Amino acid sequence: MAEKQILLQGNEAVVEGAIAAGCRFYAGYPITPSSEIAEGMARRLPQVGGKFIQMEDEIGGMAATIGASLAGLKSMTATSGPGFSLKQENIGFAVMTEIPCVIVNVQRMGPSTGLPTSPGQGDMIQARFGTHGDSSIIALTPSNVKEAFDLTIKAFNFAERFRSPVILLLDEIVGHMRENVKLPGADEIEIINRKRPTCKPEEYFPYQPDEDLIPPIADYGTGYRFHITGLYHDKTGFPKGQSPMISDLLLRLHDKILKYQDEVTLIESKYLDDAEIVVLSYGGIMGSAISAVESARKEGKKVGWIKLITIWPFPDQYLLEVAKKVKAFIIPELNLGQIQREVQRATLGKAEIIGLHRVDGDIIRPEEILDKIREVL
Amino acid sequence: MNANLLKYFRQDKLPHIWCPGCGHGIIMGALVRAIDKVGLEQDKTVIVSGIGCSSRAPGYMNFDTLHTTHGRAIAFATGIKMAKPELNVIVVTGDGDGAAIGGNHLIHACRRNIGLTVIMFNNNIYGMTSGQYSPLTPVGKKATTAPYGNIDPEFDICNVVKGAGATFIARGTAYHVKQLIDIIARGLTHDGFAFIETLTQCPINYGRRNKFADPVEMLMWQKEVTVSKEVYDKLSEEEKAGKIVTGILYHDDTKIEYTKAYEKVIELARKGGQK
Repeated sequence: MAEKQILLQGNEAVVEGAIAAGCRFYAGYPITPSSEIAEGMARRLPQVGGKFIQMEDEIGGMAATIGASLAGLKSMTATSGPGFSLKQENIGFAVMTEIPCVIVNVQRMGPSTGLPTSPGQGDMIQARFGTHGDSSIIALTPSNVKEAFDLTIKAFNFAERFRSPVILLLDEIVGHMRENVKLPGADEIEIINRKRPTCKPEEYFPYQPDEDLIPPIADYGTGYRFHITGLYHDKTGFPKGQSPMISDLLLRLHDKILKYQDEVTLIESKYLDDAEIVVLSYGGIMGSAISAVESARKEGKKVGWIKLITIWPFPDQYLLEVAKKVKAFIIPELNLGQIQREVQRATLGKAEIIGLHRVDGDIIRPEEILDKIREVL
Repeated sequence: MNANLLKYFRQDKLPHIWCPGCGHGIIMGALVRAIDKVGLEQDKTVIVSGIGCSSRAPGYMNFDTLHTTHGRAIAFATGIKMAKPELNVIVVTGDGDGAAIGGNHLIHACRRNIGLTVIMFNNNIYGMTSGQYSPLTPVGKKATTAPYGNIDPEFDICNVVKGAGATFIARGTAYHVKQLIDIIARGLTHDGFAFIETLTQCPINYGRRNKFADPVEMLMWQKEVTVSKEVYDKLSEEEKAGKIVTGILYHDDTKIEYTKAYEKVIELARKGGQK
């Protein structure tokens, strides 16, 4: 099937990406600015034989998403800030029990009810550290409509590949942005499906990892008859509260993602070869960042840009290498420096870190970034 | 136990960890006998629980089993049933898990009439966390968080689910095992949301604080305070006072089950022609 050009909103692109990735179950609760995803899934899923359910709350949405995945369907939920907070306990359950699923958070300004219809990027840290305990997670952030489509597919592929929940972080800008995008045909899309057991049911252990650290997962109802619990468990899936099994499990949950960080890390950049400073950004204000860098280049300034696409696991090593070559990072964010703090941590003082924050519900415009570049260079 | 029933248990996980005198094992035994009685296929049956004493039951039972987060068992089960309606999905929950933190999921599952069988082990107390009051602890009874006596009026949980739209509602006790097996069996074959409240004794964390001498006395209380629906309906208003009704309290098989209703959505959407 050939690619087709279509006018899409970011949230609609998530819907189309999910359907293309093979998502066949959605459970959620309406919340601005993510509601178009629920609406789109309610319309699209039954057309392809999938199921949509509007649950009674965000917690139930996350729970049903995990349940459907256990029964074998690629599953997704979507929400925004307050709903994301409500889902955190069950996101941790999905981490612990290694259930593939995708959680979309179209960020708005917080804390609390905050600004429901204005963009924010205040859940960057929550995505990584929101649930209790030392969880591991993959989180991706699209910066335009086409990326929203592509990264939704990527999120499902990572979820299935790593037997893990994956978080897709939009912001309201990308969620509601409309663009003419070319969607690839089905035959051009890479689809990854979870590894299912090939052994006999009586030989199956739901948490016995293969060499790649990832255990195969059977679907409920297929005769493998296994137990799942959010308690610490051994390879059989049954509770085991004895050292060193406990730390072995927690460390494997981290390692199964960190071992593949090169595969998971998605970054784009430009002008880094001769850059003295670099503008690092992500999400809906990436457009402003690129535009500002282009203007600065016209003024002869040696500026480059980095777009973070994979936010978690954080690309520490990559940024350290960049930091060794540049004087400073300028980091525009719609929060008080959540990713700035991570860059600071990763770059070990090798470069100056300059935050550019906006927390009034407005976007960061190219001129503001350009002014900051002029200030530094 | 009948040798035929052993296959339903993970025998290497037994003996169970419930306290001596606890009624939960009796209810789990009744559930397994009911499953056997109606012939549910073992590989097509999923048992889901939340957190608490009752919620440890799935670990002992040889099916696909899921021990979820506190209060959320019905929401997880809803996802499983939606994804694979051909599965028999049974939820075991407690009075704290199902009626307090999980109360919202419970009433909405009733409203949808989704085909789950929910068995609420009602021991009137939070057992696992050692005796705090639950929404089903009667007024005046003592708990660690109600040292002067509970002032929160208790739910009649069967009335709650009736109001919320459950289409099969029954109540049994650990004392009346044969009746319990029968009503669970009827619930399992109901095409819609089935709710079964089971009175079970917690001698350690409820009985000890509330003047029950031992588990036997608690079982005798279950015997004395309950009356079957058939008998209850013939009693005078005076005789009805203080009685707890057991048996099948409500059964409506005219309402469409939720996943079947959704099949019609799929049919409609596909007729729409859009891909």
